Formats: sequence, C-alpha cells, structure tokens
Amino acid sequence: MTSLTDALVIDTGDTAWLLAASALVLLMAPGLALFYGGMVRSKSVLNMIMMTFGALAAITVIWVLVGYSLAFGDDLGDGLLGNPFQYVGLQSLVPASADSWLTVPVILFAAFQGLFAVVTGALVSGAIADRARFGSWIVFVSAWTVLVYAPVAHWVFDLDHEGHAGGWLANKVGLVDFAGGTAVEICSGASALALALVIGTRVGFGRDAMRPHNLTLVMLGAGLLWFGWFGFNAGSALGANHTAAVVFVTTLCAGAAGSIGWVATENVRDGHATSLGAASGMVAGLVAITPSCSSLSPLGALVMGGAAGVVCALAVGLKYTFGYDDSLDVVGVHLVGGLVGTVGIGLLATATAPAGVDGLFYGGGIDQLGKQVLSGGVVLLYAFVVSGIIGLVVDRLMGLRIDEEHELTGIDLVVHAETAYDLHATAGTRSGGFLGHRDGPGGLG
Amino acid sequence: MKLVTAVVKPHKWEDVRGALEMIGVTGMTVSEVSGYGRQKGHTEVYRGAEYDIALVPKIRIEIVVDDQDVDAVSDAIVRAAQTGRIGDGKVWISPVEAVVRVRTGDRDELAI
Repeated sequence: MTSLTDALVIDTGDTAWLLAASALVLLMAPGLALFYGGMVRSKSVLNMIMMTFGALAAITVIWVLVGYSLAFGDDLGDGLLGNPFQYVGLQSLVPASADSWLTVPVILFAAFQGLFAVVTGALVSGAIADRARFGSWIVFVSAWTVLVYAPVAHWVFDLDHEGHAGGWLANKVGLVDFAGGTAVEICSGASALALALVIGTRVGFGRDAMRPHNLTLVMLGAGLLWFGWFGFNAGSALGANHTAAVVFVTTLCAGAAGSIGWVATENVRDGHATSLGAASGMVAGLVAITPSCSSLSPLGALVMGGAAGVVCALAVGLKYTFGYDDSLDVVGVHLVGGLVGTVGIGLLATATAPAGVDGLFYGGGIDQLGKQVLSGGVVLLYAFVVSGIIGLVVDRLMGLRIDEEHELTGIDLVVHAETAYDLHATAGTRSGGFLGHRDGPGGLG
Repeated sequence: MKLVTAVVKPHKWEDVRGALEMIGVTGMTVSEVSGYGRQKGHTEVYRGAEYDIALVPKIRIEIVVDDQDVDAVSDAIVRAAQTGRIGDGKVWISPVEAVVRVRTGDRDELAI
C-alpha cells in the first residue's frame, strides 16, 4: 500500500475477495486444531483442539474490544503502539463514512487482521501440549494478545497513510513482511519457546514414546491450513488484484517445495519419506513464504520453500539437544521458518515482484538484508521476553500446569471431562446433569 | 511352569517392560484392557448430561516363566508398577500344564 491522498471508493471485487479471504483465515483455526490434535497422544487430543478453539474465542473478543486499536490506532509516538481507545468495540468503524483509505470497508480489514491474531495465538499452544491448565492458557493468550501481538502487529502491519502514522518497522526501518513472517511466525515461535521454558517438560519427555496418535487428522489439518493460507497471504493484498494473484502462486510454490525439502531431508537421514514430514515441510514452506510472498518470483518461492523445508527438518531436533519441550515444534517450524522467510527476502527478493525490492542475489546489496535481520531479531527478542514474563506471572497467580497425576491420566478426561474416541460398547450409564439422577457415583476415582 | 499375569496402569507399562528386560525376560504378551476394582471409573459430561464411565483403561501383561523365575518376575513387575495410589493393579500367578513353540515344536521348558 502507498500513501493515499484521496479517499478511495469501495471496490466490490476487492471487498468480495477480502470477505472470502477472511473466512479462509478463520478456517486455519480448525485446520491447526486438527494438525496439532493428531500429533498428540489420544488422551490429550481434545485439549489440544480446545486450546485453539479457546484462543479463537478469547482473542476475537479482545481484538474487538482493544486489540485492533492497539495495533491499528493512530500511533502514540515512535511507531511503538496505537491509540488503545480509538476503535473500542470497532464502534467508529460501523458507519460507512469510516471507509476512506482502503478499497474495502475498514471494519472488514479489522476482522481480517483479528483473525491473524487468532491464528498466531493458537500457534503458540503447540509448545505446551498435554500439560497446561485450560483457564491459565486462556488468560495467557488474552494477555499475550494485548501485550505481545498487538504491539508487534502495529510495528509490522500498520502502514502510514494520509492522516495516519503507523508502526516503526514497516514505515521507518523499511521491513518487507507481506503477511507476517515477523508478526505471525517469529512472534508465535519465540512466544512458544518462552512458554515451553516456563511450563517445563512433559512427564517422560525424551524417554516415553509420545508419537502422534492420528496422522490422518494431521494430514487433513495440514491441507486445511494450506487452503486457508491462500486467504492469509493473497488476502493480505487487500484486493482482488495482480498482487493477490502473484502471492497466490508463490504461496502454492513454497508449500510444494517445502514438502519436498523436508521429505528429501528425512529420506536421506532416516531412509523414509513420512507423511508427517510431508505435512510439516509443507507448513514450513508456507511459513517462510508468508513474509516473502510479495517479493519473490515463483522460482524464488520454490527455492525459499525448499530451503525452509530442509532447515526446519533439521531444526526440530534442537529441542532434544537443548532439553526444552516444544511439544509440536512451534520453534522448529514457525520461529526457524519465519527467520528463513524474513531474512531470505534480503537475499531472494526481486524488484519484478509486487514489493519492488531487490535482494542481495538480485543486485540489491545488503541494505534490505540488514533491515530484515534487524526486524526479525527485534520481534524475536520482544516476543520471547514479554511472553516469558506473562507466562511467569500467570504461573505465579493461577498455576500454568496441571498435576503430574492428571497429566499421566490424560488431560482430556481430567480437565474437560470428555474422551475423544469412544471405541467400546461398554460406555457407562447416565448419572446426573440434565434429566439425570444426582445420586449416582461420580467424580474421579 | 507358571503364567504370570499383571494388570497395571498404562503409563507404567514402559517401566515394567524395562524392569523385566533387566532381569532377562525376553518376551511377553501385552493387551490394552479395561476394568475396575477399588479405583472406580470417572464422570464425563456432554452438553450437561453426566455419564459414569465405570471402566478404567489398564495394560495386561502375560508371561510364561520357569518355576524358579516366578518370584523375580512378579517382584520386578510390582516394583516397577507401584505408585502407592489406588488403581496400581494386580499380579497373579497360575500353573501352566504345557507349552509348545509353534516354529519348532519344542515343548515346555525348551519352549519358554
């Protein structure tokens, strides 16, 4: 987007596309829930899914109340934070007269950006599988939306326009990050690392087999994620236009190449092409193309995706080396993949792509590379430190972890009083609640 | 020859397997079972309707051993599976009349 001098007229094509794209981004939430849910053991799949659905509900509420204002309100100074009271409840965006600086209704832009916050927050939950108190997770992710995501989104996504000053990384530093390599991927990955360190390892981490209980769910979830990612990336063009089309193609390329990169790596290392590897590589490629989808050629996107697949396939082993239990590899895939994509722009960007920037390999020198490294580093550090502090405070106030005995029994049963799969004829008897007897034996034995 | 049957908590199964491996037990049959004893089941809630689920998931381990190994095997299982809480399970021992190894036709002690 460029600075605009005249109020823009609402374009029906652009609006239709952003409505659809927003719904696609929403679909990433159940996609992620299945992707993550299939990777945990059968005794904690519901909790894994609930952490995403809980984040979807909580972050949406916070976003409408204050999150959008913090991220996209007029800058309070130095490009660090938006005015938290400007769009409270999105009230001021309801009249059609609020539409001025986009070819789509601004209230739709607010919803689209809110769904980005949802996806980013839900991603973090992959680091704390099987062991987090549900209420504590909701409190964490709510505070995180206000203190971590909204400021970072302001820095990265809030572009200057007529009568409005935005965030510092996008407007002052000159970061190229089309759909959130820093604000979404590095931010979620660094937050996940901090939270994994605060909550500690699962009982039996590194010793017990904690293998995925349902890889068909993982593949389905990965497919839905990719589908939704077209809304995420191509929707970020905020219009049904040429940029959206280019971004759509680079997104397609990087997912495919990422899958190949990961599977090839594990085939060399382990001798097998696994389905989990194919799904993970696809996601790694999509993570890396998220910031770079507007600045690469299709060939550049293939290189970027393939590189991310290889690097992330190797990076997921770091948790065993360093002993942090990032259960579902949010760090290995999203932090590392986000760094590959964000920094890779400084190398692979070509000015023929919509962003119009040349990277080092295209004769652009190291100028853009420096901006990318600086921005990635700043977001990494900020998200890590603040998420760590929020995690420690929540742990002190209400406890972040369930009891060890409960963790061993299974979090689905203990925390949610449900089991994901009823595979037995001996199902039990009605005992209470609606229309039931209150005198039956109950409670955990 | 004796059949040692143990029913233990699912998350203790790896510990039990390790302990048996340490004393030289090279094979066993394991099944996922459910049942209840003093540890009653639990309550699940679906849209406000409560259900008593009587059965608790357990792991059943079956090993045929020589008479002289019975105590060592059962002791190893008990030590490894014990948490001190209700629901730790049971070990019982029953006589075995004959054993045949299918591959070779070996009988009894040779087949263990």
